[in-house]
Amino acid sequence: MTEKAFPSIQGAVCAVPLRHHDTIVMGHGSGGRMTQELIQQVFQPHLSDPELLAGNDFAAISANAAGGTRLAISTDSHIVYPLVFPGGDIGRLSVCGTVNDVAMSGAIPIGLTAGFILEEGLSTALLESIVVSMAEAAKEAGVQIVAGDTKVVEKGKADGLFINTTGFGWIPRDTIINGANAKPGDVVLVSGTVGDHGIAVLAARGELGLETEIRSDVAPLNHLIREIVSSAPHTHVLRDPTRGGLATTLNEIACQSRVCITIREDLIPIQPAVSAACEMLGFDPFYVANEGKVIVILPPDEADAALKAMQANPYGHNAAIIGTVSESPQSRLLLKTRIGGTRILDILAGEMLPRIC
Amino acid sequence: MRYLDEFRDADLVKNLVAEIDRTVTQPWVIMEICGGQTHSIMQNGLDQLLPPQIELVHGPGCPVCVTSLELVDKALAIASKPDVLFCSFGDMLRVPGSHGDLFSIRAKGGQVRVVYSPLDAVKIAQQNPDKQVVFFAIGFETTAPANAMSVLQAKAMGLTNYSILVSQVMVPPAMQAILGSPTNRVQGFLAAGHVCSVMGYWEYPEIAERYRVPITVTGFEPVDLLNGVLTTVQQLEAGKHEVINAYARVVSKEGNLPAQKILKQVFQVCDRNWRGIGLIPQSGLSLRPEFDDFNANVRFDIADIQTKESEICIAGQILQGIKKPPQCPAFGVLCNPENPLGATMVSSEGACSAYYRYARNESVNV
Amino acid sequence: MCLAVPGKITEILENPGLKMGKVDFGGVIREVCLEAVPEAQLGNYVIVHAGFALSVLSEKEAQDSLAAFRELGDLETELSPSQPD
Repeated sequence: MTEKAFPSIQGAVCAVPLRHHDTIVMGHGSGGRMTQELIQQVFQPHLSDPELLAGNDFAAISANAAGGTRLAISTDSHIVYPLVFPGGDIGRLSVCGTVNDVAMSGAIPIGLTAGFILEEGLSTALLESIVVSMAEAAKEAGVQIVAGDTKVVEKGKADGLFINTTGFGWIPRDTIINGANAKPGDVVLVSGTVGDHGIAVLAARGELGLETEIRSDVAPLNHLIREIVSSAPHTHVLRDPTRGGLATTLNEIACQSRVCITIREDLIPIQPAVSAACEMLGFDPFYVANEGKVIVILPPDEADAALKAMQANPYGHNAAIIGTVSESPQSRLLLKTRIGGTRILDILAGEMLPRIC
Repeated sequence: MRYLDEFRDADLVKNLVAEIDRTVTQPWVIMEICGGQTHSIMQNGLDQLLPPQIELVHGPGCPVCVTSLELVDKALAIASKPDVLFCSFGDMLRVPGSHGDLFSIRAKGGQVRVVYSPLDAVKIAQQNPDKQVVFFAIGFETTAPANAMSVLQAKAMGLTNYSILVSQVMVPPAMQAILGSPTNRVQGFLAAGHVCSVMGYWEYPEIAERYRVPITVTGFEPVDLLNGVLTTVQQLEAGKHEVINAYARVVSKEGNLPAQKILKQVFQVCDRNWRGIGLIPQSGLSLRPEFDDFNANVRFDIADIQTKESEICIAGQILQGIKKPPQCPAFGVLCNPENPLGATMVSSEGACSAYYRYARNESVNV
Repeated sequence: MCLAVPGKITEILENPGLKMGKVDFGGVIREVCLEAVPEAQLGNYVIVHAGFALSVLSEKEAQDSLAAFRELGDLETELSPSQPD
């Protein structure tokens, strides 16, 4: 009887062939082999940071060589529907949203973590395309995705996919940029047209029957912000007007800084098609979401330099000065209308809904 | 947008304001009866530009605000049923019933969908044959043809799962109710331009004559509204009470006859209860009996509704132009867009909501 | 009530029993029911409410009224006293 040679493990393959699933199944969330397969097949080809590939349950990040001692850290969960829309997808959104939040402190974003909640039945090809999108956005922003997690929930419990990203970066020494910093006399700028993202996503949902070329403006703004801050080193406030739009974000700043902000309707950039969609549905474009715009509030003597810097950047070519900061009435946002009236712009109350009245 | 932006031109606005200034010599109270006009006035800050002698009063021109509490409660009851897919214009979702609103029904698992057009609700019915699709058909005469069309379409498609819950109201009876009230202060009327685009304005000369009140058919953009005010003031100053069409690019005297035909084919006039005001005879539209199959009131037997209105809310007086929102003790205190006590605070063009959003701080006018 | 906006008819759809069209509102296009405006043609502007066309906009009336409002301003200039040099 011939002795069977003990099989060599080197180069062995599992007798049951690795399966490629077209859709996510509950097993992918088990934490076992199927989870590993998913990570190897769908995530690792595109996300290759050494800390991520090291396979630990943590990423080790070095202290800032430039000496900044404060860490800006921000987290966001992304639940957009549809998952893919003109101009981007949930992947790009999850990277850019968090990179931008970190950058709004004046910090240079270094890295992100990404947590995925996958719905059973999600197409694996779609998931992969979203991961590719994240990798591309991260590359554009110059950040690494250093840690991640995936879980799977039963069909019907996750709208396809939820992504949470947490980002971080070191704030340069002596940088004080935050929402409580606006001062009377300051000038308010916005980096481009408002309302693009909200209308693009709404149209993509298909429920209102709108056909349009409007695309989401979702973009990483950290490089633009670097350019703004170097041309205007005394910038007081940076914030991106995401959910709730320009008006909600400016209200937040007015309240944090206890000032009055007045903006002029005729100066706010808006694409004609976005304006048209808002007119049809009865939306106020100042409350429609943006994902690739920044509000800049700074002393008047630095406004022109900041404006020039923004307009020279592809993500700021429609930048404009839109208003000013004054002392009172405190914590108030006012709009000077095109025809010379003045009205209060409150924060968004609840969901904006299409109206017939 | 073409034919919209030109009527928002700041120079033309200046010209019209100057002309109004030149014309007015004494105080006048003018009512606009369309919520869309209220919204536009407040959104643009138009009332700030007018000379102080002109008082603009806001009438019950908001079909959302005047939909009776019983009907809202009925809508909520129907939407709560497990096999119902309830469709509505966005405006109605936050209107408070006796207990909750359509949003809260959705939160409890009810299927509630916002649509832009009643014809979309018909499509939804076609795509969901296992569901009862009910559309909340609110509106003034402007919306009636579209609502009627949805019934005709559903019938032509042979759908058995589509019905509408009707809360249609009409403008001329409301105007008469206001002008005929002993507490009436209104001296001139801006008639609702889009209602007139459907119905024409042939009904108004009789009203103008009976109450000796000038009526101007008015549009919605700042230039249109100021032109409407100017035309009305010119008449008031001259002691006239005629009906003038200041929205001629859209409105004709006889109105849109095909639209009226569609409306009359499906609807008949009925008495209607206006929330906050009460019963106004012959002021509503309901489905003709031959369309009972599409009448949610008939299809769903909702047991007697016990309504419970807020005791503090003075929406009725607001809707009749007797009081202004800041005069309500609850305004901005107990009652605001997040916690509305009445429909006028919910609807984006309800007078209370408009005041709250745009003008509650007096110093704004400085 | 009555949020209705003007748009240009860019297509009339072949739809048995129900006249429909595509209307361009300035970069946003939507299907609109044209049953109530049987006279409407390609290129006409219509006023649309809740996906339903209520009226064909008279471009002539629009231009005439705008001209009249502009003239108000000219009239005012004529009537005001001449400025000193």
